[in-house]
Amino acid sequence: MTADPKARAEVRRGWLLSAPALVLLAVGATGPLLIMLVYSFLEPGQYGNVEWVLSFKAWFNVIMNRDIFDGTLTFADAHLSIFWRSAKLALLTTFFAFITGFPTAWFIATRSPGMRTALLFLITIPFWTNLLIRTFAINQIIRNEGFLNTFLLWTGIIKEPIVMLYTDFAVFIGMTYVYLPLMVLPLFATIDRFDMRLLQAGYDLYASRWQLLRYVIVPVVKPGIISGSILVFIPALGAYVTPRILGGGRNMMIGNFIELQFGQGRNWPLGAALSVVLLVIVSVALIVYTRFATSGGNKHHG
Amino acid sequence: MSHDIAVEARDARKVYGQGIGAVTALGGVSLQIRKGEFFTLLGPSGCGKTTLLKLIAGFESPTTGHILLDGSDITFDPPNERPVNTVFQSYALFPHLSVADNIGFGLKMQGRPKAEVAATVTRMLALVRLDKMADRKPGQLSGGQQQRVALARALAPSPKVLLLDEPLSALDLQLRKEMQIELKRLQVETGITFIFVTHDQEEALTMSDRIGVMQSGHLLQVGDPRTIYTRPANRFVASFIGESNFLTGTLDGTALTLDAGPRMSVEAGQGAPTQGRVTAAIRPEQIRITSATLGDGIPAKVTQTVYFGTDTHCRVVLKDGTEITVRLQSPASGDVGLHPGSEVTLKFEPGALIVLPEAA
Repeated sequence: MTADPKARAEVRRGWLLSAPALVLLAVGATGPLLIMLVYSFLEPGQYGNVEWVLSFKAWFNVIMNRDIFDGTLTFADAHLSIFWRSAKLALLTTFFAFITGFPTAWFIATRSPGMRTALLFLITIPFWTNLLIRTFAINQIIRNEGFLNTFLLWTGIIKEPIVMLYTDFAVFIGMTYVYLPLMVLPLFATIDRFDMRLLQAGYDLYASRWQLLRYVIVPVVKPGIISGSILVFIPALGAYVTPRILGGGRNMMIGNFIELQFGQGRNWPLGAALSVVLLVIVSVALIVYTRFATSGGNKHHG
Repeated sequence: MSHDIAVEARDARKVYGQGIGAVTALGGVSLQIRKGEFFTLLGPSGCGKTTLLKLIAGFESPTTGHILLDGSDITFDPPNERPVNTVFQSYALFPHLSVADNIGFGLKMQGRPKAEVAATVTRMLALVRLDKMADRKPGQLSGGQQQRVALARALAPSPKVLLLDEPLSALDLQLRKEMQIELKRLQVETGITFIFVTHDQEEALTMSDRIGVMQSGHLLQVGDPRTIYTRPANRFVASFIGESNFLTGTLDGTALTLDAGPRMSVEAGQGAPTQGRVTAAIRPEQIRITSATLGDGIPAKVTQTVYFGTDTHCRVVLKDGTEITVRLQSPASGDVGLHPGSEVTLKFEPGALIVLPEAA
């Protein structure tokens, strides 16, 4: 294929051009991952950091607990419940972001070009503000003395404020809000390319509205659904700021738990081992999801 | 008699928008299309032919008037409840489905048993000669193959009427000719009523059993290709289908005195006036040229000759300034022997000159 020296030079030049990116990836992404992997097999230092002694304790501690007093081994159900909560909330967030994001993206994609630009602009507005501030704004809305409860009390719908802050629900609401644009934008991109004449063809061929959605729209915009879901699920699974502010200390997610090990916990190896576990969960989820999603043999059609 | 009618439009009118900005796409069209017929709606773009097709398919409903299918009113039935299928100009094949799944889509949506769907798909693949392409995706097919998939997909549910919205316009000339023959064959083999929309008059003439010529939302003339060509109902039809020359004159019964000269007898056209100022049409190939300036023809002067291979087009000007095109068969030498400035006489059979119904 590359027998032609000119073509080979072209390929070499291509590699050279991408060298800065490759170096950056090696140093900035692969390097830290390797450090994490190495740290997870070391002893924790007394004041943080690590002792350079080979140890499997951290990995052991991911799933088991040794009692401080009598040394009995118990299952680390607290860790598992954190993992479970993280996965559950991330899935719920992805699902809900899709349910609300799909009609939004469809609506935007079917407007006039001018209107479309304006609406897309509105979608990106939240990115202008710091995530921390936006999350505190949600805190302000849903806390016991917040806007929502004050309003509901004032209208007389409720007598007692509804406790929403520092619950899983609060974390779910916060994450859905934060990650919704990441679902809407890729969905919009594929729906925008969707040939609306296919709807007419399907309708003409005896498909009802639901059949059109199921057999025509969803399969064709599937690439957008996949990328939107990935873009929401991955950061949601490792979310840190949102569960910290809206979930309080009790409703930790895996991101907070990892941070705890590197901070107050002074157990860097455990933190590192947990990070690797998170990475594995995400990778497995991605592989399963993309396999499942592309099993229909969906070759994208320009 | 009425049970021979597959589709009927009764004073179908379609207006888009309201008030001052309202646009009349279709101005009260009444039309009967017979069962098993290859019917063509012919007209320039924007004449309302596609609107009429959409009313029959159900994508639009008429502002007033009715659409009947097999005698029952379907004016407001949605497209998925009409036994009418469409072949779209853009084909609109489902990119995520294989050729076989595209063809079986309509049957699947109707909830037909799997075995029946598979059998019909196999039959359709054979009908459009795509047996070997069953597992391909539309993106892997050529334009002509996509066209045939679109046809098979629309024919698979055995619709009572097949609508074709300029389906050949995206194909190159060679392929278009092949598909014209293919379409005609499919129509004969399936016996399904075809309603074909086109702006290509040649396509309409070669394929149709009957043609409906439309302009500005109105149906001007309905008839078989020969009638449409030889007896155009008005000036628009005469010039849109084939080429026509127009001559003005004064008519008295069957005697026409042309402004450009002689008096001749003409056949009375359908609905044409019998008195007063009239326009008459004549086809370029119906005129003969003689170089003699004597006799009972129309005297003229040659202004230009253009060689087209089999034909030579000769532009002549008459005494009253009317310009006329004459199409002559090129002789073996290739030279018709006429030059700009030659004085000639035009002759034609009395029946070749058609008096048009409108006033001059």
